[in-house]
Amino acid sequence: MRLSIVIILLFFINHIGNTSVWNICPSCQLKSLEEALDRAEPMDTIRVQKGLYECVDIEINKPVVIIGDEGAVIDGLEKGYVLKILSDSVTISGLKIINAGKSYTKDFAAIYVYRANHFTLSNLEIINPFFGILLEKSKNGNVHHNKVYGVSQREDDSGNGIHLWHCSNVIIEQNEVYGLRDGIYLEFVDDSKVMNNYTHDNIRYGLHFMFSNRDEYVENIFENNGAGVAVMFSKFILMKENTFTHNWGTASYGLLLKEIYDAEVIDNSFTENTIGIFIDGSTRINYTENLFEQNGWAVKVSGGCYTNKFFKNNFIGNSFDISYNAKMNDNTFDGNYWSDYTGYDLDKDGIGDVPYRPVKLFSYIVNKTPETIILLRSLFVDIINFSEKVSPVFTPDNLIDNQPSTFIFQ
Amino acid sequence: MMLKVLKYSFSDLIRSRWSYVYLAFYLVLGFVLLFLNENLSKAVITLMNIVVVLTPMIGTIFGIMYFYNSREFTELLLAQPIRRRTIFLGQYLGVALSLSLSLILGLGIPFTIYGITQSGQIWDFATLLISGTFLTFIFSGLSIYIGLLNSNKIKGFGYAILIWLFFAVIYDGIFLISLIVFDDYPLDKFTLFASFFNPIDLSRIMILLKLDISALLGYTGALFQKFFGTGQGLIVAFIMLLLWVAGPMLLMVKKSTKKDF
Repeated sequence: MRLSIVIILLFFINHIGNTSVWNICPSCQLKSLEEALDRAEPMDTIRVQKGLYECVDIEINKPVVIIGDEGAVIDGLEKGYVLKILSDSVTISGLKIINAGKSYTKDFAAIYVYRANHFTLSNLEIINPFFGILLEKSKNGNVHHNKVYGVSQREDDSGNGIHLWHCSNVIIEQNEVYGLRDGIYLEFVDDSKVMNNYTHDNIRYGLHFMFSNRDEYVENIFENNGAGVAVMFSKFILMKENTFTHNWGTASYGLLLKEIYDAEVIDNSFTENTIGIFIDGSTRINYTENLFEQNGWAVKVSGGCYTNKFFKNNFIGNSFDISYNAKMNDNTFDGNYWSDYTGYDLDKDGIGDVPYRPVKLFSYIVNKTPETIILLRSLFVDIINFSEKVSPVFTPDNLIDNQPSTFIFQ
Repeated sequence: MMLKVLKYSFSDLIRSRWSYVYLAFYLVLGFVLLFLNENLSKAVITLMNIVVVLTPMIGTIFGIMYFYNSREFTELLLAQPIRRRTIFLGQYLGVALSLSLSLILGLGIPFTIYGITQSGQIWDFATLLISGTFLTFIFSGLSIYIGLLNSNKIKGFGYAILIWLFFAVIYDGIFLISLIVFDDYPLDKFTLFASFFNPIDLSRIMILLKLDISALLGYTGALFQKFFGTGQGLIVAFIMLLLWVAGPMLLMVKKSTKKDF
């Protein structure tokens, strides 16, 4: 009796001290991930060697590390979820996942994480999934260096690349997502970071925020998506050093802010978007040191935006710098560089002596009658813009940059 | 024979001071723009504003001026056994070609030196020069026609300037106001249609499309984007400009055969 206890104890100590590695490959003793998962003890490592493995709805219920060799491919047979992570401390990396299921009623995902803590998903390649990585009610995870892509055409039958719902403290970095509905989607996600990702050519948004507070996204590139980034109904968001580019199309924009409070938009670059930033009902937001270049509209302000501050931004070569649809203004635009500024600086202090009016009469007209855009850059339009500049009648008369910079901010 | 008249008019104009002034103006403009901008695509945008307004104006003024100044030469030619069509077409082409040459050389030289041929903007720039040339042809044709209609120089000048002013400014004003007034109706077809009847608007839109703000135009509705966003729109605009060149030319020929000198 005593001996058996000692043996059992020894067995456990052995297992705590050094975890074992389970190899699976088509010619090994273990041929599938399921078998390996059955045998593995918590904290073990499963090494998936080169080969094709069929996996449908596989549940990972214990903390394990799954590492794929190069050429390790998981095939979901288009039947449902592929891997479901239901335990804390699971790490998955290096796998290539194909043929995840599609459904109109269920959110099938290549990798599904539910109520898990301390997970790491890295170096995965997920090809043509419904949802790529779906995280629900999970915390303290890390999703990095993954590549998720598809060939979606329509919004209604495609899912999102990396989708988070009710999560917190998740770090998403260095991922590439393209050809899906939304590149990265966060809903009810707090205190998380989205960094250095590259999302492009998605049908809807590159990055989509809903009801998520105290998050930051930094140094991401959003290119050629239906719209770059939509941030809605969120508070205390930091948006820094991102690039929004080539979001062209009917009413498409680089960044949409809807019902956002107390956010910081710093050092981003908006180039060649139909609308650089579209602001609707957003309050107490600071826009500093951003670059707006060659956009249709650099900033389009809709109703209900109060105490927003634009400072030290560069507005270069946009068709319209600022567009307003109302006569009231509670936002400040002091101290920016405007390439359309024609004033002078006699005392050479780098601040123009004549205030600049960023809202042109023509942008007001285009707001009311969109078809008039056909007259863009015509001589008549220049003339009416000039007369409005001299004596404003239609545009908010307190919308002025009192200290326009005469040099481009670096 | 027409070629001979053309050659005389052309060499006459080429030797005149104003051609050189015009050429020098574009040369200076090109170099200054590039010196200030360094950015070819931005220089092209700035240039568009100038070309679209200036080339029609210069075409108009030059055309009417040349027509009145060379009246004696014209009368001499009329006394010869030459067809009237030949005389006036020759003169017209002489004016239009020398002006176009000034434009193309004046802008082409600085932009080539700054390396437009190696940049991605070469087609934008080419569109700019092509529409500038079209505008020169259209407006010098119109002004010579006006010259044929009016023997009174002051009247002729007045009408010619008015024609330019109409297409450059007044037309757009009426256009804009009618768009605003009839705001409640679907306007996209009307807009498309109306922009075809003004060569200045047409060339402006052609250049704008090249400058990658076609998506901006797309903002107004599917029809615009469908039409202007594709090659089809460009071809139709091109054909329309050709018609605009042919129109004044035909009027000119018709008038010249009937006119009592």
